[in-house]
Amino acid sequence: MSQPAGLSFEQAPQFSLPLRFFLTAPLFLIAAAILIALSPDALASRWTPQVLALTHALTLGFLAMVMLGALMQMLPVVAGSPLPALHLVARISHVSLVLGTAALMTGFLTGKAAAYGSGVVLLGVCFAVFLVAAATSLARAVAGVTVNGIRFAVLGLTLTILLGVALALLRAGWWTPPAIESAINAHVSFGLVGWVLLLVVGVAYQVVPMFQLTPPYPPRLSRWLAGALFALLLLHAAAPVLPPVAARIVDALLAAGILLFVAATLHLQSRRRRKLPDVTLDYWRLGMASLIASVAVWIVAQAWPAWADSDAYPLLLGTLFIGGFAASVVNGMLYKIVPFLAWFHLQAQLQATAGSIPTMKDMIAERWMRGQFRLHLIACVLLLGVPFWPQLGIAAGGVLALSAVVLWINLLSAVRRFIAHGGDFY
Amino acid sequence: MNTILDFLGSDHHACDDLFASAEAAVAQKNWDSAREQFGRFQAAMAHHFTMEETLLFPAFESRTGMSTGPTQVMRMEHAQMRDLLQGMQDAVAAANQNSFLGLSETLNMLMQQHNLKEENMLYPMSDRVLGSERESLIRAMQASGSQDET
Repeated sequence: MSQPAGLSFEQAPQFSLPLRFFLTAPLFLIAAAILIALSPDALASRWTPQVLALTHALTLGFLAMVMLGALMQMLPVVAGSPLPALHLVARISHVSLVLGTAALMTGFLTGKAAAYGSGVVLLGVCFAVFLVAAATSLARAVAGVTVNGIRFAVLGLTLTILLGVALALLRAGWWTPPAIESAINAHVSFGLVGWVLLLVVGVAYQVVPMFQLTPPYPPRLSRWLAGALFALLLLHAAAPVLPPVAARIVDALLAAGILLFVAATLHLQSRRRRKLPDVTLDYWRLGMASLIASVAVWIVAQAWPAWADSDAYPLLLGTLFIGGFAASVVNGMLYKIVPFLAWFHLQAQLQATAGSIPTMKDMIAERWMRGQFRLHLIACVLLLGVPFWPQLGIAAGGVLALSAVVLWINLLSAVRRFIAHGGDFY
Repeated sequence: MNTILDFLGSDHHACDDLFASAEAAVAQKNWDSAREQFGRFQAAMAHHFTMEETLLFPAFESRTGMSTGPTQVMRMEHAQMRDLLQGMQDAVAAANQNSFLGLSETLNMLMQQHNLKEENMLYPMSDRVLGSERESLIRAMQASGSQDET
């Protein structure tokens, strides 16, 4: 179907297209959890091969995996602009993200240059294909606060990948870039704040009001926040060449901007019109609480160099941000997106009437989602102790693995119900 | 209100409010109130669909020559929503809370992403392409509302 730019109402891509991403993601979460459980001794520092491998299993294999799939699904709805050559882009980026993440993890764990090399090539292909397609789509998109947030997030992802490739080449021993420490810091802050947080911010503008019928975000906030945070990140990356006072101010503003987003989100959610129990809402609230804790831990490090230089600090910050904030929000979102898509495609394929097919709520049993949320919460609490008592990693990793397995089973149960009622997955 | 985006966009929000009230009454198993609130919500939705299908979409289609594109998808989603509303009506009549809340969760997702597409794309585009016809179209939609109420 061909439509003028900015007015594509082409219905959602087939069910299997985003689902291949969503069903693969929990497997990397399981892999990360196993690494945590198997090697508690390696959890004493962020630089051990195990921690580097499991961090990338979480950020690439779990977070980016879901986020890429979700963007392919969402851009037609929020931006009126699907990705060009969507099916080809989905196939290439999915396969290369899976293999590339596995190769990179192998590279970290074995130190073999060939593994790093193939990881870099595969991930390079994945993100080059995705980013070109996303940029094309975003260039034609209907302007709005969500599209604005996604644009900055995609820019953040681009910088993260470029820095990541440089760092991987360095690790493989092929190239020594200058200013390694600054490059690592920039890779981490563009990846976590530039890409992950700004994407959550942009998407929150739509989904927070939509899921619980809250008032909209204040336009004055939603219009400038993503751009301001991105500009502050650029300044933050340039901190080594800035006067110390300026760097302090940049950091303070960055923290304030993030807290402003959290405050607005929690405030809107407290004013929601739909007050029914909702596991996605609980995941969002856990995510927002973790984001506050991340900022607090980070602020303490700015004021207290001994803490900033400790091995525990970056591990605690990473756990709070990746596990407590990003993984929670993503997990909660999956529990809305997957049941809705299962219902939507089933209805559209069968032209079924409301009583004859399961509703969205029947797709994944409420009790199981609730149980998985509790496991995730326990895993998060245990993980917070790991930087101080690495032996706790055995229990934390075990619970996290169980949580990830239940997440996977829950997502599969939606697909199983879809197929059992006569849906055509491919 | 002199744009289609303002007029129909605020009607979306009015429908959302009625939806939330009906759903809250069902959640509390306050069935008398639930039936009344749901009735008002269903009537508001029916009116909104009618305004679009009999007034806005035909005007959009004749101005743009696109009769198989966006408006067709919107009509299809209206049909999906009507079907869910019918199911909700049956559930509220039978005082079946589980069935109602399953359908209302589904309707909310469908309705919100539908509204998003209209408010982000179809309404602004209609405002642009309809030009001078816009004022009279909004007046006609307003008039259709007062006829419904009498």
